[in-house]
This record gives sequence, C-alpha cells and structure tokens, in this order.
Amino acid sequence: MSISRRKFLGWIGAAGFGMTVGKTARAASNKHFSGYPDSMGVLYDNVLCIGCRKCEASCQKVNDLPMPPKPFEDLTVMDQNRRTDADTFLVMNKYEQVGNGRGPVFSRMGCNHCLEPACASSCFVAAYSKTKTGAVTYDASVCVGCRYCMIACPFNIPAYEYDEAFTPRIRKCTFCYPRISKGLLPGCVEICPTEALTYGKRSDLLKVARQRIQQAPDRYVDHIYGENEMGGTNWLYLSGVPFKDIGMREDLGVTPAPALTSGALGAVPIVVGLWPVLLTGIYAMSKRKEKISQQETQQAVTEALEKAQSEADSKLEQAMAKAQKEKETAIDKAVKKALEEAAKPKSEEEA
Amino acid sequence: MSSDATTAKQSLFTPFNVVAGLIVVLGLIVTGLRFTKGLGTVTNLSDYNPWGIWIGFDLLVGVALAAGGYVTSAAVYIFGFKKYHSAVRPAILTGFLGYALVVLALHYDVGQPWRLPYPFIVQPGTTSLLFEVAACVALYLTVLFLEFSPAALEWLGLQRLRKYIVRLTMVLTIFGVILSTLHQSSLGALFLIAPSKLHPLWYSSYIPIYFFITSIIAGLSMVIFEGTLSHRYFADKMDETHLQEKDDIVLGFGKAASLVLAGYLIIKIIGISADNNWHYLSTGYGVWFLVELIGFVALPSFLYAVGTRDKNLLLIKWTAVWTVLGVILNRLNVCLIAFNWQLPSSERYVPHWMEIVISVFIVTLGLIIFRFIVTRMPIFYEHPDYEGEH
Repeated sequence: MSISRRKFLGWIGAAGFGMTVGKTARAASNKHFSGYPDSMGVLYDNVLCIGCRKCEASCQKVNDLPMPPKPFEDLTVMDQNRRTDADTFLVMNKYEQVGNGRGPVFSRMGCNHCLEPACASSCFVAAYSKTKTGAVTYDASVCVGCRYCMIACPFNIPAYEYDEAFTPRIRKCTFCYPRISKGLLPGCVEICPTEALTYGKRSDLLKVARQRIQQAPDRYVDHIYGENEMGGTNWLYLSGVPFKDIGMREDLGVTPAPALTSGALGAVPIVVGLWPVLLTGIYAMSKRKEKISQQETQQAVTEALEKAQSEADSKLEQAMAKAQKEKETAIDKAVKKALEEAAKPKSEEEA
Repeated sequence: MSSDATTAKQSLFTPFNVVAGLIVVLGLIVTGLRFTKGLGTVTNLSDYNPWGIWIGFDLLVGVALAAGGYVTSAAVYIFGFKKYHSAVRPAILTGFLGYALVVLALHYDVGQPWRLPYPFIVQPGTTSLLFEVAACVALYLTVLFLEFSPAALEWLGLQRLRKYIVRLTMVLTIFGVILSTLHQSSLGALFLIAPSKLHPLWYSSYIPIYFFITSIIAGLSMVIFEGTLSHRYFADKMDETHLQEKDDIVLGFGKAASLVLAGYLIIKIIGISADNNWHYLSTGYGVWFLVELIGFVALPSFLYAVGTRDKNLLLIKWTAVWTVLGVILNRLNVCLIAFNWQLPSSERYVPHWMEIVISVFIVTLGLIIFRFIVTRMPIFYEHPDYEGEH
C-alpha cells in the first residue's frame, strides 16, 4: 500500500472536519443559569396537606388518564408506597410518623420541572423542552424510546409504556402545560381544598415559603426543597419532617445535570483535533524508523558488495600482475634461450 | 478454501449446528413476541430500571469486546508492528460483526427502532452523550464495513473496487481510532449524568477514561482469545504466515495487556483517592469492588506479565479469558449491579429469561456468521492473487 503524504494529510483533515460538523459542546464555564425569569412554579406544603387524594383524581381527569381500579376516595391505597407510571403522573404517598404520636405526613411524587432538566439534557432527539412557563414538555412524535431520560432523571419520574408494542411513549407530568398556557391552573392545584398547593411565579413562591418557615419555625424543616436541588426546580416543597423521611433524596447535590456531562462533551472536539495529529506523528515515526532501517540494510549491503568487489579487483590485479610477471619471465627466458641458442652455433662455427 | 467439499462430507447435524439451530429457533420465537406484544412481555424492565441486559451486556459489553478491530489495526498500521499483520483481518471481522450485532440488539431494546435514524435526520439532541455514542457507532460501523470489505471483494473477485478501498486503509484506521476513542469513552460518560444512582465506587468523573482504557484491554485480550479458538477450529484455513505469527501475537498482545492493566489499576486507585471513597471499601459493595479490582485487574496484569516472561502461551491464553470476563463484570457492575444500588431489593432488576434468550441468540448469530465468512473468505490466509501486497 502506498499513499503520498499529501493525500494522507488531506484525508485526515477531511476526517477531522467531518467529525466537528453539527456538534456543539461547551465545557464548564462561569455562566450560571438560574431559570427563565418569571417562570411559574408550584409550592407544595405538606404541613397543610390532608392526604385526600383529590389532586390525584384531578390529574387523572385533566390528562385523560385511565381511572385506577380502586376509587380515589379509597385512602387505604396509600398504605402502600407507590410511584408514577405510564398511567399516573402524580402520586401521593403517606408516611407514618413513628414514636412522636402525631398523625401521618404526606408527600408528592411527580415531575419537579427542573430549571435545567436532566431528561432534556440526556435526550438524543431533543424530545424534551424546557418552556418559558417553567413546564418541561415531551414530544412523543420524535421519541425513539431509548429510555436514557429515565436513567438520567434523579427523581425517577419518567415512566414508559412497556406494554405498548408499536408506539410506546414516555409518560410524565406536563405541569398541565396546555392549561397554564391558557391561563388556567394546573389540575392538582385547582382542586386542592387546603391550599397545600400554591401556583405562582417561582421567585414569589420562594418568598412565600421563607415567610412560612419564619412564621412557624417549629412546624417546618428549615429547607425549601427544590430551591437548589439539581440546580433548582420549578416545583418547591415545604415539609414538617426531614425530607429523607418522606422519600425525598437529600444527597442529590446542587449541580444541574448538564454540568455533569459538559466536561465529557467538551472533550470531543479535543479528541477530534488532537488524535489525528498525534496518530499521524506516530505513523510518521514508525514509517521513518522503518525507512532508516531499510536504508541501513541497503547501505550495509552496498558496502559489503563494494568491499567484495574491491577485494576481488585487487585479487584480480594481483593475479594479473603475477601472470604478467610470469609471462614476462617466460618471454625473458625464451629470449634468453633463443639468444643462447643463437649464440651456440656461432661459437660452434667459431670453434 | 475448499469449504464446499468439506461441508458436503460432514453431516449437517454436528453438535454446533444442532445447538445453534435450537437457539436460533427460540430466539426467533421471542423476537416475534417482542415485536408484537411489546417490551413488557419479554423483559423485566421497569420504570425504575429502564436498562437491562440488552444495554448492559449487548451494548456495553458488545462494544467493549469488539475493540480488537481498532486496537489491532492501530498497532499494525499506525504503530508499525508489522509482525502482527495476520491478526488484523480476524480482528476487523469480529469488530465488524460485533458492532453490527450491537446495532441489531438496539433494535430490540429501543421502543420504536424504526426511528433510530431520527437523531440524525429529524432532530439532533447534541447535548446528549447518547447522541455522541450513536453518531460514532453509526460512523464506525461504516468504517469497519469498509475495512472488512477487501476480504469480501477478494472472495467475489472484484479487483478494481478492492484496490480503491485498500488505498483508504490508513485514513480508515485513523478515523477508526478517533471514533473508538470517542464512543468507547462516551459509553462510560453516559452514566456521568446519574451520580445519585450509580454507587460512588463506580461513579467517577474519570469513568469515560476508564471505559476507554478497558476497551483497549478487552481488545487485546479478545484478539488472543479469538485467535486461540480460531486456531482450534479453523487451523486448516490458516496459511503459513498466520501459523508462524500466531505465537508472537499471543506474546506481544499479552505483554501489552499486562502493561495497560497495570496503568488501569493505578488510575482506578487514583479515582478512589480523588473522591475519597476509601470508607466504602469496607461495605458489601466495597468487597465486590475489590473482587473486580484485585481479581480481574491486578491479578490478570500479573499473570500476563509472568506468562510473557516465561513465554508461557497457555498461561497467557487463560489470562485472556479471565480478563475478558473481568471486562464483562465491569460493564455489568456499572450498568446493572451497582446502578440503582439504593433501591430496595424488591425494586431491583433481574433479567427475564426471554431477555437472556435474545442475548444468547444474538451471540449465536455472530458465531454462525463468523463461521460462514472465515470458511469462505480470505481471513486466516492471504488470497493467492494478492499475496504480499500489504
């Protein structure tokens, strides 16, 4: 195989360029995204929640989801811990308080509508959008069904229609995007009889939440869940008991999901840029090494040949010289003999 | 070379054919169920566990074990280790088949496989590491197809086309190394987004590098392992050069694997230190982590070294098998065993038997196609028309 260096470099350039087209990746920077301004949110306050499950019923209704086998009035359903699934966007769970003689507390499981959503960051067809309202929406018409969003979501929210053979979709709370776009309240907020759910601008809700904690510090845990978790969420939580006791992770950290992968994505153009240079260099070195060793072999061969030639030459010369000498001696001898012989009869005649 | 004559002599009901045939029939039945009844019928996947063995084994292990292609072609064409040339074609072939089967397996796993090109033709999600994986795997499958094609073209006698493709060898090799670096590492980087789900001993910001380095280890070990198996079953197909270089390849690749494993061990320890995860080592997961790190990284590194020093080919070959198992274990740990470690055991994932059937079915397909190709095309020998051209 033989290719010219120019051709080779051309190919590498083309390969490198091809890799960079259509890709954007920004590594960590000092820019901080704190959510769309004026985006909406909901504050859930479990101190005010009575666990009536009306929000669940409303959610099911406004989203046209199938009704579960047991009616929403049946509160025994809450004896078991449940999660969201393909037919349920919102689940209320009950947590008994052990030891202190107080009644059970409740907690909500549903999409928290992150400021920088892991699902949207992880989706390779960009099926998710973070809208200006704060809602994280999903477009089923492009979804391939890889379920990487389910891996990525720190709250385990997206659910999948595993039993759908041909058009399975991801299912999750839409923050009632169609309703809030029309100025209506989300289904769950609208129905709540105790105002445990408050809909409003996220920035206002944070103030409301702080106020409540301040006014009744003995009734609330001094933490607004969702203010900073995973970079912050549009849904915010107040609780009377530690969040870890109502099934909410306290170890998620404050780094938004995109920041977790930006380093790895940022490495892509570096690899694409550096590898061809490095590999071509290594190729050139190994090629050069090969060339030099070939040259050395050739040189050794030539030298050996030359040496042999010159040796042969000198031998031949010597032989020639010897032969010449022998010839000369022979001629001398012959001449001498002839002379001697010529001199002989003369002397005989003389005699 | 004279495969038609040999197959005609043998009975069709060899043990391999019977077992493979049964697996294929079973696999086709489950395939039918999967595509008519949906994922729920044939898998134990759940909303907590969206990825099972079709991703953990078929994708992650499949791609890692198919790394022999780029490792070998880089060693021979870029680094100039010409004496391993006869390892290139078998390695490229297994790489190509490996990737092709990974893509096949993905068709089972994703919900709507006919939409697999959507990220490229409808709407790219470039913030996703999965986009990078998909783009690189698609491109690399093409590269491997082209790298493999000369063998097929020699078999078909298409000399002109072959000539053009052979000219591309260098550029394909370099392109292959770039793509492999990117997607082997991004398969690990997929998990960067889930620090709250993957056990801290396996989660590390170095995980992309870990995946890349282990792919080199897997590639080197797979070349030794496959070479051994091929020599056992297809020795009659091998030419003089192939048989002569065989032992050199085992020694050389074993030596390289020993060094890379040692480097990997060191960066793993640096990873634990960087995140100060030492205290986890005394837990159950810690013990399991040490089994992986000492039993399947430190030990094979040492055994490869001893094998190379003593020129003990048998030891190197068995170490290769052990190392391959270690890479499989690592991928399963990251994707399944140490993933969702905080969930109660009732919510954890255990594969459905039909998921296992599909995985075995796909591996079997690979073996059948491999056998079909090596008994017909010039993989283990140089085609007489093109001898000494490389």
